[in-house]
Amino acid sequence: MSTPLAPARPSRLSPAVRDSNTMLRRNLLHARRYPSMTLNLLLTPVMLLLLFVYIFGDVMSAGIGGGGADRSEYIAYLVPGLLLMTIGSTTIGTAVSVSMDMTEGIIARFRTMAIHRGSVLIGHVIGSVVQSVMSVVLVGAVGVAIGFRSTDATALEWVAAFGLLVLFTLALTWIAVGMGLISPNAEAASNNALPLIFLPLISSAFVPVDAMPGWFQPIAEYQPFTPAIETLRGLLLGTEIGHNGWLAVAWCLGLAVLGYFWSKAVFDRDPK
Amino acid sequence: MPSSVMSTPKQGDGHASPVAVSAVGLRKSYGEKTVLDGIDLRIPAGSVFALLGPNGAGKTTAVKILSTLIGADGGQAWVAGHDLAGDPQAVRAAIGVTGQFSAVDGLITGEENMLLMADLHHLSRREGRQVAAELLERFDLTEAAKKPASTYSGGMKRRLDIAMTLVGDPRIIFLDEPTTGLDPRSRHTMWGIIRELVTGGVTVFLTTQYLEEADELADRIAVLNDGRIAAEGSADELKRLIPGGHVRLRFTDPSAYRSAATALREATRDDEALALQIPSDGSQRELRAILDWLDSTGVEADELTVHTPDLDDVFFALTGGTDQPKEAVR
Repeated sequence: MSTPLAPARPSRLSPAVRDSNTMLRRNLLHARRYPSMTLNLLLTPVMLLLLFVYIFGDVMSAGIGGGGADRSEYIAYLVPGLLLMTIGSTTIGTAVSVSMDMTEGIIARFRTMAIHRGSVLIGHVIGSVVQSVMSVVLVGAVGVAIGFRSTDATALEWVAAFGLLVLFTLALTWIAVGMGLISPNAEAASNNALPLIFLPLISSAFVPVDAMPGWFQPIAEYQPFTPAIETLRGLLLGTEIGHNGWLAVAWCLGLAVLGYFWSKAVFDRDPK
Repeated sequence: MPSSVMSTPKQGDGHASPVAVSAVGLRKSYGEKTVLDGIDLRIPAGSVFALLGPNGAGKTTAVKILSTLIGADGGQAWVAGHDLAGDPQAVRAAIGVTGQFSAVDGLITGEENMLLMADLHHLSRREGRQVAAELLERFDLTEAAKKPASTYSGGMKRRLDIAMTLVGDPRIIFLDEPTTGLDPRSRHTMWGIIRELVTGGVTVFLTTQYLEEADELADRIAVLNDGRIAAEGSADELKRLIPGGHVRLRFTDPSAYRSAATALREATRDDEALALQIPSDGSQRELRAILDWLDSTGVEADELTVHTPDLDDVFFALTGGTDQPKEAVR
């Protein structure tokens, strides 16, 4: 080459952190340039919130707390579930964008470069967590705008609630990355990720588990969303958390670890 | 990997003829289908090596293995002195790869693609900007630098692709079918780029299905067919491998043709074209002997042309004489 390049200067940051940071910036750049998918996925929880409050609100609230609850009580009941549903919905976007990215030639380029191997996935995960948290804040703002108020949450409880949301996002994102990696194209990815939007529908997000058929209650009660929703309700509204707290944390840690090792194993396989 | 094929790698550390890439008995199969059936390679540093073969011969698979993208099922290889299986990360630090399918990020601009590479090579921000600007300029992409790469033409994408490959200043560059799908003008631009790389001391490993391209660029050519190397050598050496050189005499007067045909009994007749073919290797000595002989027998042809076998003849002779594309395998 006519202009020899200067050798790379040693960095204070480890290569893993540096490369992951580079990949994160790449993914955030994608999201900023093409925000339509994130916005579309955001629409689902917002529409559901408005639908359940303003269209079904009277009927639904009648079934809460032994009847006689008014609309504001149902909003309070609904918002924590919808915040977690927002996470499920945006992580579908993660699965789709990971599967689309894997079909790109640039991933093959990354694999032949002397970069930290995991940085491609870590960049996707952190980028997706950032997007999901932003979506949660947005849906939360809509909730507040239509009348949601935390009754008695202390500063510590707010921090715990935020921590739970981030942990839950991290867990679902790693699972979504694995789903994206095993999907040959965007359609397959969005199909494979369907449970992430379906599970909140059969959780305690819209109606209490007690109101469901008896045989179904164990499924609804112990799937990942219900404990997280009940914990969030407890933190923000002062309802009983009970065993849901550690159940939610166990689910989050379990799914995150499972998703991480699954994704890593799939990514480390020889590409087709 | 079988240890029986162990051999001492000749490393590229200052010997008279350092080896950039070497392989012994490389094999790869996908299920029942054997794609590479034991190939041996030895590519001197600073040279251009072309792997030539029809579709499905295993060219891309060879590049994928040597560039650490996929693992081999058997055999051993060393790239830039590093064992491919034992230290892939060291191999990666020494190579640059431009695959058959565009390896640019279409969602971001050309400049952002370049800066992404600079970041991944851990250049400082200032160095990165400088290198990106220089390479964009060199590959005539400065004007398009701020546009998304997905809007680029095929030739521009390839140029961006190679520019990205050069960010880390690799010593060995793999180019998998660098000109496939390019128009003639872009192809010549690409050839110029490849020649320029070699003058800088870079080793180039390229695959192609165009004989002309291998002839133009490569110091050594290996013909890959059905997962095996059918022949290897310089373009001239390969051409000498097969017969086919001849001197062709064409006549306009049928009676002159007939008397010449009687006089030159060794010649192959083409009665319709009124032409005779005399086997010859095309050397000056043989040509003079033929001319003397024609003079002494009083034969006077209206047109005399010398035909040497070209790589097409070699290619078809070695790959079974068919240009039917086989089933495309990876």
